[in-house]
Amino acid sequence: MSDPKQNAQQKPGAVQTTGHAWDGDLQEYSNPLPRWWLWCFYGTVLFSVLYWIYYPSWPVGESWLKGVGTVNYTVTDKKTNQVQEQEYRWNTRSLLAADLTEAANNEQRKAMLAKVKAAGYDQIVKDPKMMEFVRSVGKGLFGDNCAACHGRGGQGVVGMYPNLTDNDWLWGGGMDRIHETLVQGRKGFMPAFGAALKPEQLDDVAEYVLTLSNEAKPGEAADRGKEIFHGPVGGCYYCHGADGKGIPSQGAANLTDKIWAIADVPAQKTLQDKKAVLKTFITNGVNNTRIMPAWKGRLNDDDIKLLAVYVHQLGGAQ
Amino acid sequence: MSEDTVQLYQKRIPIYPRSVKGRFRNLKTGIMALAYVVYFLLPWLRWDRPNAPDQAVLYDLPGRHFYIFGLTIQVQDIFWLAGVLIIFAILLFFVTGLAGRVWCGYFCFQTLWTDLYMMIEHWVQGERPARMRLDKGPWNREKIVKRGATYGLWLLVALWTGVSFTAYWVDAPTLVVELLTGRAPYAAYFTTFFLTATTFVMAGLAREQVCVYMCPYARFQSAMFDHDTLIISYEQQRGEGTKGRAKLGKGLKTREERQAQGVGDCIDCGYCVQVCPVGIDIRNGLQYQCISCALCIDACDAIMDNQKWPRGLIRYTSENALNGRKTTLLKPKTVGYGVILTAATALLMWSVLTRSPYTGTVEQIRQPLYTQLSDGGIRNTYEVKLNNKLTAPMSVGIRIEGLAGATLDMDGMERIELTPQERIKLLARVQVPPVEGGKAAGDKVTFVIEALAGATAEPIRREVPFYAPASN
Repeated sequence: MSDPKQNAQQKPGAVQTTGHAWDGDLQEYSNPLPRWWLWCFYGTVLFSVLYWIYYPSWPVGESWLKGVGTVNYTVTDKKTNQVQEQEYRWNTRSLLAADLTEAANNEQRKAMLAKVKAAGYDQIVKDPKMMEFVRSVGKGLFGDNCAACHGRGGQGVVGMYPNLTDNDWLWGGGMDRIHETLVQGRKGFMPAFGAALKPEQLDDVAEYVLTLSNEAKPGEAADRGKEIFHGPVGGCYYCHGADGKGIPSQGAANLTDKIWAIADVPAQKTLQDKKAVLKTFITNGVNNTRIMPAWKGRLNDDDIKLLAVYVHQLGGAQ
Repeated sequence: MSEDTVQLYQKRIPIYPRSVKGRFRNLKTGIMALAYVVYFLLPWLRWDRPNAPDQAVLYDLPGRHFYIFGLTIQVQDIFWLAGVLIIFAILLFFVTGLAGRVWCGYFCFQTLWTDLYMMIEHWVQGERPARMRLDKGPWNREKIVKRGATYGLWLLVALWTGVSFTAYWVDAPTLVVELLTGRAPYAAYFTTFFLTATTFVMAGLAREQVCVYMCPYARFQSAMFDHDTLIISYEQQRGEGTKGRAKLGKGLKTREERQAQGVGDCIDCGYCVQVCPVGIDIRNGLQYQCISCALCIDACDAIMDNQKWPRGLIRYTSENALNGRKTTLLKPKTVGYGVILTAATALLMWSVLTRSPYTGTVEQIRQPLYTQLSDGGIRNTYEVKLNNKLTAPMSVGIRIEGLAGATLDMDGMERIELTPQERIKLLARVQVPPVEGGKAAGDKVTFVIEALAGATAEPIRREVPFYAPASN
């Protein structure tokens, strides 16, 4: 590139110096700023003043300058269901609220919700778009209302809250049954046999129950237990069925599968321990510990419907 | 100390470029015409595209699609944009190293629009002396009418520039109607206003100041120059002779007379200075303000032709050529840029040409990590995301392999019809039967996502983990 010194020599005065010489010959060029640049700078100062006035800005004591900007969006009154437009001060929270109520995504969401509302359970399950919507909305609903007991993924806690992701349903896994469970709640009950049965009888019944799911080998003790289970002494078959597969209409557990909702049998190493944990529940029964609250009145019908489908797909079709 | 003479701020020194005719002017006008035809008309070109907008070039931001003729670019392919930008950057380095500021002189939109604005100015107000007179003169009727007409025409051009720019982002005919009837979205008005304002200010008022004060490319292009780079230069030896330049005068008419007196070929007519759009004197050597527009070459050539002297007193040359050395074009730097440019272009082309008509990803749902089923089998669940990138429907099949005994349950959605450009998330359950005493099965499963109808493509294979408890 051109040598500025040479330039200056060719056109004297083309590049100004500040006029000060240091150490004899050291000079500083003065390249003045363009005038418009100065005006741009003044413009930004003016802009900042307008910005302070329009948007929330300076802290003042315990409060702050609120700004004159406003955001409008429609609000639905939860009690009266009245929709009306309201004006709010400009801040990012009201911007978000406006976005949530009026954004295009929300319109899509409303349309999809209307579609799900109108459709029957069989239709929803077969429609990929509706199921995508149910999983998306249901995840939030489940997280807000159900996850406290059943866990974020619906996996439950053994002995306390049922696992909703497996294919075993205490109260039935059909869509209408899940809907009923949600609407009216459930209360699990098993009478205590501690007084009715002698300790060795308890032991025998426990051993028999374990054989149903191959946790124990058949033998004399199991045979004795079988008699108690199917006879008038124990009478277990009244609820758990002659085949031990339980009766979903009354929430009686299936004893023949690998899933233990109350007694954590799989976690025990020895037969003795398995029997011990089982006997605790046979002795004391189950009362007032397995309660699913009713959600009617706490959730609206749409949310219950969405949750029924969501919970149904967690565990798989039945 | 003479600090009072130091200027901190400087008013713009007005430049009144004289018009010039010549080969580089013609080349520039040609490039300009072509660029304007493309820029202003492209949004109006239609393209038959079923199930999608029919605008040939449309950057649909809300719909998350870029339509460029037959190519539809989805959000996930946006890295192609990075590829295009990288190619442009390297192309700039390559060309600048080789041929100087070609971009600035011929192609930059600042140059093109400034050129157009100067043409309007010239058309309304006349040639350089007339414009200078008008500028210095009082605000009389003539000045008001001529200035007003110039600004009015500038504003029209600016407005149409703004509308055309906005038309690349929305349907052009709809946009124009909406803009006129006041129903266009806020963003459309703002974009149009912004482009109008910047075009007017930058091309009408700021002009060369954009290149000198604002443009980063202008500054860093200078750093890519070397002694072999093509530059526009005045041949000092020929122009100045031994006694310097001199006007045509008595005894200085012919070349022979001048050479006998030691006077160079430059007749100091100042035409090269008057045509310069950035207001420099090329005879002072290479300067950072020079945008290599080559108009001074046209000016000087015209004078030389007039004198019947050989052309080329001001010409494209290189520092080496000026100093009598050879100009080498094939240098490691140029070759390097060339190789990178070719590689980047080839890579982008390959990526675009081998794009899949659909995408499919599989993600494991990790809460719970696995579920034990009533028969003792183990189940893992996955979220399958599908995206039909076509503007036509297609059907996609999903199956699994690589895990012994595993079955896939997607509630009957193992085969799914996708509408044009549909994206959807599906739930997939993979379960393995119980295994006696030990780990349930392998720890990986491969999802095979195939296009069954509507498109032909290699199946997408996604290997994902399958978790099972250590023993059951």
